Amino acid sequence: MGYERQSDFGTPEVHAETSVSLTIDGREVTVPAGTSVMRAAAECGGSIPKLCASDNIAAFGSCRLCLIEVEGMRGTPASCTTPAAQGMVVHTQTPLLQKLRKGVMELYISDHPLDCLTCSANNDCELQDQAAAVGLRDVRYGYAGDNHLGLATDSSNPYFDFDPSKCIACSRCVRACDEVQGTFALTIDGRGFATKVSAGQAGDDFLSSECVSCGACVQACPTATLQEKSVKEIGKPERSVITTCAYCGVGCTFRAEMRGEQLVRMVPWKDGKANHGHSCVKGRFAWGYANHQDRITSPMIREQIDQPWREVSWDAALQFTADRLGAIKARYGARALGGITSSRCTNEETFLVQKLVRAGFGSNNVDTCARVCHSPTGYGLKTTFGTSAGTQDFDSVAHSDVILVIGANPTDAHPVFASQMKRRLRTGAKLIVIDPRRIDLVRMPHIAAAHHLPLQPGTNVAVLTAMAHVIVTEGLADEAFIRERCDWDEYQDWARFVSDERHSPEVLEAVTRVAASELRAAARLFATGGPGWASAQRSKPNGAIYYGLGVTEHSQGSSTVMAIANLAMATGNVGRPGVGVNPLRGQNNVQGACDMGSFPHELSGYRHVSDDTARGLFEADWGMALDPEPGLRIPNMLDAALDGSFRALYIQGEDILQSDPNTHHVAAGLKAMDCVIVHDLFLNETADYAHVFLPGSTFLEKTGTFTNAERRIQMVRKVMEPANGFEDWEVTQALANAMGLEWTYTHASEIMDEVARLTPSFAGVSHARLDQAGSLQWPVNAAHPDGSPIMHVGGFARGPDGKGKGKFVVTDYVPTDEKTGPRFPLLLTTGRILSQYNVGAQTRRTENTVWHPEDLLEMHPADAENRGLKSGDWTRLASRTGETTLRLMVTDRVAPGVVYTTFHHPATQANVVTTEYSDWATNCPEYKVTAVQVMASNGPTDWQEDYTAWSAKSRRIVAAAEPAE
Amino acid sequence: MDVARLTYMANQIARNLAAGGEDAAIAATAQHIVKYWEPRMKAAILAGDRSALEPIARAAVERLERVAGIEPA
Repeated sequence: MGYERQSDFGTPEVHAETSVSLTIDGREVTVPAGTSVMRAAAECGGSIPKLCASDNIAAFGSCRLCLIEVEGMRGTPASCTTPAAQGMVVHTQTPLLQKLRKGVMELYISDHPLDCLTCSANNDCELQDQAAAVGLRDVRYGYAGDNHLGLATDSSNPYFDFDPSKCIACSRCVRACDEVQGTFALTIDGRGFATKVSAGQAGDDFLSSECVSCGACVQACPTATLQEKSVKEIGKPERSVITTCAYCGVGCTFRAEMRGEQLVRMVPWKDGKANHGHSCVKGRFAWGYANHQDRITSPMIREQIDQPWREVSWDAALQFTADRLGAIKARYGARALGGITSSRCTNEETFLVQKLVRAGFGSNNVDTCARVCHSPTGYGLKTTFGTSAGTQDFDSVAHSDVILVIGANPTDAHPVFASQMKRRLRTGAKLIVIDPRRIDLVRMPHIAAAHHLPLQPGTNVAVLTAMAHVIVTEGLADEAFIRERCDWDEYQDWARFVSDERHSPEVLEAVTRVAASELRAAARLFATGGPGWASAQRSKPNGAIYYGLGVTEHSQGSSTVMAIANLAMATGNVGRPGVGVNPLRGQNNVQGACDMGSFPHELSGYRHVSDDTARGLFEADWGMALDPEPGLRIPNMLDAALDGSFRALYIQGEDILQSDPNTHHVAAGLKAMDCVIVHDLFLNETADYAHVFLPGSTFLEKTGTFTNAERRIQMVRKVMEPANGFEDWEVTQALANAMGLEWTYTHASEIMDEVARLTPSFAGVSHARLDQAGSLQWPVNAAHPDGSPIMHVGGFARGPDGKGKGKFVVTDYVPTDEKTGPRFPLLLTTGRILSQYNVGAQTRRTENTVWHPEDLLEMHPADAENRGLKSGDWTRLASRTGETTLRLMVTDRVAPGVVYTTFHHPATQANVVTTEYSDWATNCPEYKVTAVQVMASNGPTDWQEDYTAWSAKSRRIVAAAEPAE
Repeated sequence: MDVARLTYMANQIARNLAAGGEDAAIAATAQHIVKYWEPRMKAAILAGDRSALEPIARAAVERLERVAGIEPA
């Protein structure tokens, strides 16, 4: 399609039981009661002139342009603030209205630069459009009077400019910041002629303000006042393509607005079901990595990892790889080979990598980066609820009354969903935060948690069991729900267990360091909604649990997930909007990668490899026998490499050296292998140990699907040709064919057809269906032809008919073996920050580094004072595993005894410090608990310096066949 | 495979399942290993020194020995 602006109905959609009919300019229209006349007019094909209205923010009625006349009503009311009424007869264009609007517009334009031809918003400017719409031909006041035309532009934000000389003070930016994003960074400063938009305090510019650069204000601006720098530089887009963001698990959909193959800007898509037209700084702006100079576009090989890379042709690289893999397989057997699928690649690409491993390599040694993030979610929810996924859609949060956030930091890691959650919190839902650190959500503008339980890292199970103790012993469990929906005997076993005095908050306080009275109050609030809870809509409150890696990345990750599921069932909070268990997924396609059969024990759709019926389906379709035994997980692969029985690894889109725990051990494992194939955009840290580098393609260069945290499958659409020549699935296919597999996929849609054929929960999914529906939430099959926004409605997805009983699982608190002591008295926990993403391979290659140029170590003032440290000091962070250095930030966000850092920068090497302790059920690493000591330091450790030197050496590239001088 | 590490893993699984009672915990630990461990891991723990295995884990490994289909590597 050609470029056109997204439609804007002027005021938000209204959901109401009753509707009203009215006549607008002779057209009859019926709308939900409470809808504005402006929106009603837009819904029947009209377009009342407007400047201060936009349909993602509440009506404001300030621009005086949207005036209407209503028969039987006096004056000329603003259509944005006038609700449609039954039988109303509206005229939107009369001689009086025309005169009034022209007068208003004349005033606006008398203080607005007339540089339209050279303005960056030329032809994409609402002020220009409205001047045209009202027939403005002359400005009688002239342009010589006092004006704002000389105001200076604020260019401090790396992605957009603020040019106050073009501002019409409509306040859409301020309201978008408040209502859409919920940051409240902007304000209208001054009155009358002195009115201006201000980013925070006097002296603040956009960069130094509270602004989180989500882009909502830029999108809201009707003029060129707030405008993307890229549009200023390149010009107005010529077309737009709907695609899905490749950052976090929220899965925002965007319009990639293009000129030719050049991306001009990414604008959140208003019809996107996950993001509803909102975005964060990463998806909206941080896509510059796609064309970064570090990008590798030619295949490279080397015999040994101490040699420089040699650029070679695709054929040569694939032949080299196939030969090596063949030789290893012949000598050591199929189980010496394995692969890692990527949570950043598409479902189709992931499916193909696991197929290559199972069908081509002949082993089940396939794993995925979910191993180190949400594998306990898979295990825990499959055991209790019957399926390895969250129960709700994101919109569900709008119906929640009590929201429990545990081990998640949504405003940093899942910012667009956090905005939706904050919207609900501002309208009255209660919040409980369980986190060792005072995350932003605990207290921010217009939001305050009812309870923050700052637990000792590693005691999640104890805290949740204590909450269950309170709920059961105080008679707050929803026994009617449990009897109907869960296994009653298992519930009774569990209830007996949690009721034991040793699980009371008072006894466990010594372990959790959470005040028993606070914990009791939080448990009561979750179960009852608090004293005097009453709602016109509901007889009992909707309680929803949201969690993240602070739950899973522990030695009891799986137990914690099951404890969460127990809590949800015990309080009757499963199977309807507003409730549920909601894992916030880290990477864009971590849900999809798991769904596609990336785990060594599971085929797509979470069917065990030993299940003869399921495996038989694949064997018949692929025409070969498959190994019925589970394969190796990533840490087991590294262990097996060290004893010589595992020798080759194909890694697509994952940097295990930086992201996996105990870097030294990962490095040793990789070093022991004969053939490490890295398929990626950049020479990442893992590539230092690789023999083959296959260049990858970005999400802008491929077609396929991602599945977000709410099981929503959405299209990723190619908007430019791959810089490396191939989409990633094509590279995997070429490798398979070099190994003699004779695959013949001609388009990613054919891979999805195969997934649908072999996976009951995807039976109804195809690219054509997704094009038509926009998105689908699995399961999509005969029972759920349009997908499943909410799961476990009427029955849990367990048992043969998928309508089984929920399973309570006794989860005993088993303390981690990682313990503090005299040498390592502090506990280190890790997390993320808004502007950076995961190991930073993408965001570090964008201007986002202005917000977070390095990882910092957060420490409580008491601990800092004991050690004579202050903010900005270099410190040595040492654990039993290793040590690194980084700079300190003293803050009371962390409790005494706890330190915190992020892991976005390779120089920090946070994972040199983390241990190999892991979740008992899934081996998900215990990133969140490491006993450490912190002391003053002069700068980088020997390891950091050696590593930098080694990195530089192992990244040397010799260009292909350079002609001799 | 490093038997010490596998022993640690088996003990950790057993400790987390112990609350279900000894018999159930032994069965669940054995089943967990069957479902999630790769053949060379199973073979290594069967062939390895069992002295560091805690009682539930040891009983689970002994039970595995009697289960068909798990051969030493």
